Amino acid sequence: MVHHDTMTGAEILLKALVDQGVDVIFGYPGGAVLPIYDELSKQNRIRHILVRHEQAAVHAAEGYARSTGKVGCVLVTSGPGATNAVTGLADAQCDSVPLVCLTGQVPTHLIGNDAFQEADITGITRPCTKHNYLVKDTNQLARTVHEAFHVARSGRPGPVLIDLPKDVVQNRGLYQPPSKTKSKYNPQVKGDIHAIEKAVDLIASAKRPVFYVGGGVINSGIAACQLLTQFVRMTGFPCTLTLMGLGAFPGSDPLFLGMLGMHGTVEANMAMHDCDVMINIGARFDDRVTGRLNAFSPNSKKIHIDIDPSSINKNVAVDLSIVGDCAHVIEDMIKVWKARQPKIDERALRAWWAKIEEWRGADSLRYPASDTIIKPQYAIQRLYDLTRSRNPYICTEVGQHQMWAAQHLRLDSPLHWLTSGGLGTMGYGLPAAMGVQTAHPDALVIDIAGESSIQMNIQEMATLVQHNLPVKIVILNNQYMGMVRQWQELIHGARYSESHMDHHPDFVKLAEAFGAVGLRAERPDQVDGVITEMLAVNRPVIVEMRTDASENVFPMIMPGMAHNEMVLGQEDRSRDNPGSEQDGMVLV
Amino acid sequence: MTDAVQDSNRHTISVLVDNESGVLARVIGLFSGRGYNIESLTVAEVDAHENLSRITIVTSGTRMIIEQIKNQLRRLVPVHKVHDLTIEGPHVSRELALIKVASTGEKRVEALRIADIFRARAIDSTNESFVFEVVGATEKVEAFITLMQPLGLVDVSRTGVVAIARGSKPL
Ligand SMILES: Cc1cc2nc3c(=O)[nH]c(=O)nc-3n(C[C@H](O)[C@H](O)[C@H](O)COP(=O)(O)OP(=O)(O)OC[C@H]3O[C@@H](n4cnc5c(N)ncnc54)[C@H](O)[C@@H]3O)c2cc1C
Ligand SMILES: Cc1ncc(C[n+]2csc(CCOP(=O)(O)OP(=O)(O)O)c2C)c(N)n1
Ligand SMILES: [Mg+2]
Repeated sequence: MVHHDTMTGAEILLKALVDQGVDVIFGYPGGAVLPIYDELSKQNRIRHILVRHEQAAVHAAEGYARSTGKVGCVLVTSGPGATNAVTGLADAQCDSVPLVCLTGQVPTHLIGNDAFQEADITGITRPCTKHNYLVKDTNQLARTVHEAFHVARSGRPGPVLIDLPKDVVQNRGLYQPPSKTKSKYNPQVKGDIHAIEKAVDLIASAKRPVFYVGGGVINSGIAACQLLTQFVRMTGFPCTLTLMGLGAFPGSDPLFLGMLGMHGTVEANMAMHDCDVMINIGARFDDRVTGRLNAFSPNSKKIHIDIDPSSINKNVAVDLSIVGDCAHVIEDMIKVWKARQPKIDERALRAWWAKIEEWRGADSLRYPASDTIIKPQYAIQRLYDLTRSRNPYICTEVGQHQMWAAQHLRLDSPLHWLTSGGLGTMGYGLPAAMGVQTAHPDALVIDIAGESSIQMNIQEMATLVQHNLPVKIVILNNQYMGMVRQWQELIHGARYSESHMDHHPDFVKLAEAFGAVGLRAERPDQVDGVITEMLAVNRPVIVEMRTDASENVFPMIMPGMAHNEMVLGQEDRSRDNPGSEQDGMVLV
Repeated sequence: MTDAVQDSNRHTISVLVDNESGVLARVIGLFSGRGYNIESLTVAEVDAHENLSRITIVTSGTRMIIEQIKNQLRRLVPVHKVHDLTIEGPHVSRELALIKVASTGEKRVEALRIADIFRARAIDSTNESFVFEVVGATEKVEAFITLMQPLGLVDVSRTGVVAIARGSKPL
């Protein structure tokens, strides 16, 4: 008997997704999710982007989420479909990207039976999701979906997985709207006002301050980035950004010191080392940023603003912590600052800026120019100059090219920089760009890639072509897993064990084989030409730039070293004697 | 991690969670995944109406690690309350152990005599064995077990610690 106010689980699921504002799902079908796919085919509220590998579906949803501030959505089948998604989920977990991943599951009565395409995906993903659910009753489906979106986007964002046994999506049950769904999960967003007042006093008293800003401000949203920019400019203090924070403060602003950390600028790292007040907003004292902990910014008072209490006092003990959402906290800080009109120590600040200008004078991102071979930094600078007027979205893969992009692109807009920071997932960039382009069909979306990384999800070229997503892929082909080669050169006695690939595809022909456009530059004088050509095409393009294979990323803080012990370049190898790996960093 | 060994202290933490499948795996996975130490862990439903279970964890670590453990627990969606009984004020903690001693003659008499001192009850008995039930603080239970060792101890089953704050306030 069919109750007329009941719906099938698949109907309930899609209605719940629509009610949660989902307009795109990235997915791949299979037996366990066929009832959902059947339902998808009967509607047109939600667009489905059919990928070529489930990992790519998750990265695409990450790209969608991070470039819009919304929750990304993924749909994959049970067993291998779900396990293929795991890397993407782990990536989203590390970088705090809000996702909901729907996985098919064998029918409830077969769970635990080693049934065909059964995987204990809630067990497998427990440590790499923010939360996960196994739905056992169709009547619980709508509630679970609503809560999953709430959990994904609230507090510190992250991926949430919902495992859907086939019978649960086939059976009938009742729908429940979001308005009727209460969740006990409600993280604190307002910061403690007394702590904020104390922070303002401390900031105002600083003689050598630095803002150390991270991905949490991006997570908090465009408003948070604007408030941050306003606050930093009100103080006139220097500001550095983490890899994940790039774009939160305008890259072209004179107060910006560039990225900090392992491959950060001299001025950023030295300012961190020598500061007397550090204002950490939405950054998590990652080991790639701090260097050797016992030498990390030894003489500063540290303020830490973070929505996740577990980020506070995790690696670095701080003097003043404020738990809350960046936008709320910065807004309150601005109010308190305006109300108090603090007298800042202008003289000390002038001296501090003079010091910073001295460090800036080192011009630590400079590189030897060449008119015979394409320097990767040159390629990125040209790409930036020729595209910045179009405010492109930039995605990257993982490796040296990622670091050069982070160093040399001075992005002014938040949500336009997408990179895999925490997990460092090669193969992230192309599918992420796919997700960005889906969300912003008319925007210029570029993936800066290495020739090795790009091969990890190259199959997605077919997705780009099928869905008319004109992503531009710029491969800096240095013939090596350059980042690995660099570590081997600097740390492992230049023994290049397995970091060279003897064979690569012809990327131009490969692009063409997928139905995309392929271009190549082999000399510096061809770089502008291929970029211009690439920009003129409204289709997916692969541009291969043959770059200098021996180039390394500098500055570099070697593992176990401190901010004031950077290696500045190839000629400055006095300090390339790595400290203990133990409390330092390990190779990604 | 060198300071992790220094001034490591034992803490008893009470955690109120939704009584749903997987919640224990989340808590245990958190400890194993992050390398925290579990000395004992007990769990049982405490509020059938609200569907809540209470987990009592005894763990040890430096101040920073203990703070991390509590904050990491609070991140779990089905976790509602996390209280560090060790630092929040006086509390009482107890565990129960069942201890099987197989012996005859002098040793058997001695076992009974010590059980009496510890107020352990014999809850099963044959001609050559006893099962004692002993309740108390961990130290007491451990002392009792040590004393039983030479007297024919063959098997031990312990509940792990349950704890509650003194006074009138709920968790
Ligand atoms: C090859 C390679 C090299 C790298 N080199 C560097 C390097 O040189 N420099 C560098 O900086 N990074 C580098 N990284 C990246 C690094 O591994 C970390 O991913 C990165 O430093 C972390 O950035 P973050 O501190 O901004 O934290 P995120 O990972 O972005 O975390 C955000 C923090 O903000 C908090 N938060 C989230 N939402 C909010 C909110 N609404 N309000 C308040 N707080 C919130 C979170 O709880 C979290 O603590 C490298 C990565 C790779 C792969
Ligand atoms: C999935 C995955 N496997 C391995 C690594 C380790 N790793 C980090 S960078 C790198 C080399 C990347 O090479 P390429 O894409 O050519 O970039 P390049 O460094 O040459 O610019 C490797 C293997 C990783 N980050 N991700
Ligand atoms: Mg390479």
